[in-house]
Amino acid sequence: MNKGAQSILALAILGLMTGTASADVIKVGVIGTFSGPYALFGKNFKMGIDAWVAQNGNKIGNNTVEFVYKDEEGPNPAKSKALAQELLVRDKVQYLAGIYFTPNALAVAPLLEESKTPLIVMNAATSAIVEKSPYIVRTSFTMWQNTVPAAKVAFKNGAKKVAIAVSDYGPGIDAEAAFKKTFEGEGGAVVEAVRIPLATTDFSPIMQRIKDSGADTIFTFLPSGPPTLGFVKAYLDNGLKAGGVKLMSTGDVVTEPDLPNIGDPGIGILSTYHYSVSHDSKENAAFLAELKKGGASLDEVTMTSVAAYDGARLIYKMIEATDGKRDPAKAVDAVKDMKWVSPRGPVSIDPTTRHIRQNVYLRSVEKVDGKLINKESQIFADQPDWALSTK
Amino acid sequence: MRTIFSIMTDAVAYGMVLFIISIGLSIMMGLMRVVNLAHGAFAMIGGYLASYAIRDLHVHYSVAILMAVIGTIIVSIPFEILLYRRIYRKSDPLIQVLMTIGITFFIIGIVNFIFGPSLKSIPLPQTLSGPLDIGFRMLPTHRIFVIACGVVTALALWLLIEKTEFGIKLRASVDHSGMADALGIRTEIIYAVTFALAIGLGAFGGVVGAEILPIEPFYALRYMVTFLVVVSVGGAGSILGALSASLLLGLADTTGKYLAPEFGDFFFYLSVIFIVFLFPHGLFGRSHA
Repeated sequence: MNKGAQSILALAILGLMTGTASADVIKVGVIGTFSGPYALFGKNFKMGIDAWVAQNGNKIGNNTVEFVYKDEEGPNPAKSKALAQELLVRDKVQYLAGIYFTPNALAVAPLLEESKTPLIVMNAATSAIVEKSPYIVRTSFTMWQNTVPAAKVAFKNGAKKVAIAVSDYGPGIDAEAAFKKTFEGEGGAVVEAVRIPLATTDFSPIMQRIKDSGADTIFTFLPSGPPTLGFVKAYLDNGLKAGGVKLMSTGDVVTEPDLPNIGDPGIGILSTYHYSVSHDSKENAAFLAELKKGGASLDEVTMTSVAAYDGARLIYKMIEATDGKRDPAKAVDAVKDMKWVSPRGPVSIDPTTRHIRQNVYLRSVEKVDGKLINKESQIFADQPDWALSTK
Repeated sequence: MRTIFSIMTDAVAYGMVLFIISIGLSIMMGLMRVVNLAHGAFAMIGGYLASYAIRDLHVHYSVAILMAVIGTIIVSIPFEILLYRRIYRKSDPLIQVLMTIGITFFIIGIVNFIFGPSLKSIPLPQTLSGPLDIGFRMLPTHRIFVIACGVVTALALWLLIEKTEFGIKLRASVDHSGMADALGIRTEIIYAVTFALAIGLGAFGGVVGAEILPIEPFYALRYMVTFLVVVSVGGAGSILGALSASLLLGLADTTGKYLAPEFGDFFFYLSVIFIVFLFPHGLFGRSHA
């Protein structure tokens, strides 16, 4: 580091210290994937938060809120823990938010109670995360939440033998368990369950294995990003779709930015998910307009922007309830039972699980006005996390 | 039986992608004694250029491949003149490794800055996309194309090195560059052309292999080890070595993925350990390297 950079840093540190001393700048540390293969989803965190701030200003009472962004890159728990520590110790953040990957969320969870910091999880979708600390609230979704409707739809559509293919990590295993339990409960059979390593890029052998298993439907979950596109292309190009094998998934596999790359062969793929960019409501239209005003391209919008937008709403509520003091119990209590209409539809925070309850939609990939979208056709209203709640 | 055929076709397709990308690296290591860790970065540049050419300039796939290969070679020229030229054959490995890994990070940063951090697809033309019925199973048409590219590349390289005057000069420069120099062979030109050839092959592999190894900014690091492993298993500088190593490792990886996907890369690296244990210089490597 040269002299110039050193003095700038010194000034910056001085600035931060005076900031905390006057006690009216509340910092929120956002950990997200801002580079690497999953960068689009981190970018969406920022887009969603920016949209909320643009609509509501950065003042809450006498306090000013400031978001500090850190890059978790990929599934790397050690790095995320270090980032969280840096945010807590050096930046003195009062709230943590974001986190794309489950392992990263689990690594950050142990830091929360000691540092008295609430964490708003804006993506990581393994059910157990909220149980790791009473200061965790989640505004995204869980695999159980989205998968249980998928299994019901698959059975209703006549699936008898299903092959499950999931990524071999927390949410994938959750998805597998959720689908298996629901589908077998309805009376169907699971003939194959493949767990795919996260780093896999060539899915051809897996498709062949599924084909050999004689399944009539595939259920899959992979984290949105490069693997999902590869998986869908392998499904199409290995002739499974042409051979009549149906693909059922959670919406992670058919995010809107990937649809143009999947192309027309993808039309008809079913998924169950909590948010579609094409969701028809005035809240969503206003949200998308705000994103656009903030300079975002609508072709890049994914579910993480909505989770971040709603997450920012919770953070504002928490700051308001505690008047900018560090009081995590009070902050978390303030958002329990909160109900509002999000761009994704009506939602509420379940007071016992601190996880968001929301509608889950059945969608199919369709072409409308020359553009591929996930068209909603059926609503599963007010779904809880089925792993943590029974109704 | 059908299953075995299925695994074999997938294995050959994957192996051929590994081969096309790694052969350039193998040539540089065998002939110029340069461990070019930035090889994957140049393959990635090829992929990005092709993606840009097809998606933004709307050219045909074949034209895009050509543009990508030539474009990548042009990009690599300053690197050759300013940096690589200094380390051919003589410098110690540490300098090579530090320099080429530095170039890798440099390229990752620049690519990330220009093209953004997300995955870039290289859309295939109608004739190459979709499934193709090959009797016992459906196979992506693109895989057949990849296998054909691999075979053509291997044959063309063999002809070039064994049967042309350039090949004779090249082999002379490799075996004894001082003597080759004394006989009037312009070794620095031979090296520059070989460098361009190696980079061009990398870019070509990056483009045609993009369906199996998708193009994103961390491509250069993500697959670096895989490419190096192919070269060390096959033996540096040997076409036959790189080809057999690629196919063997492709087979190990694909079979592993098919029969026991939860083991991940286990079988890939297990076979690497076995082969390197039995042949410390690689399958067809020469011991002087």
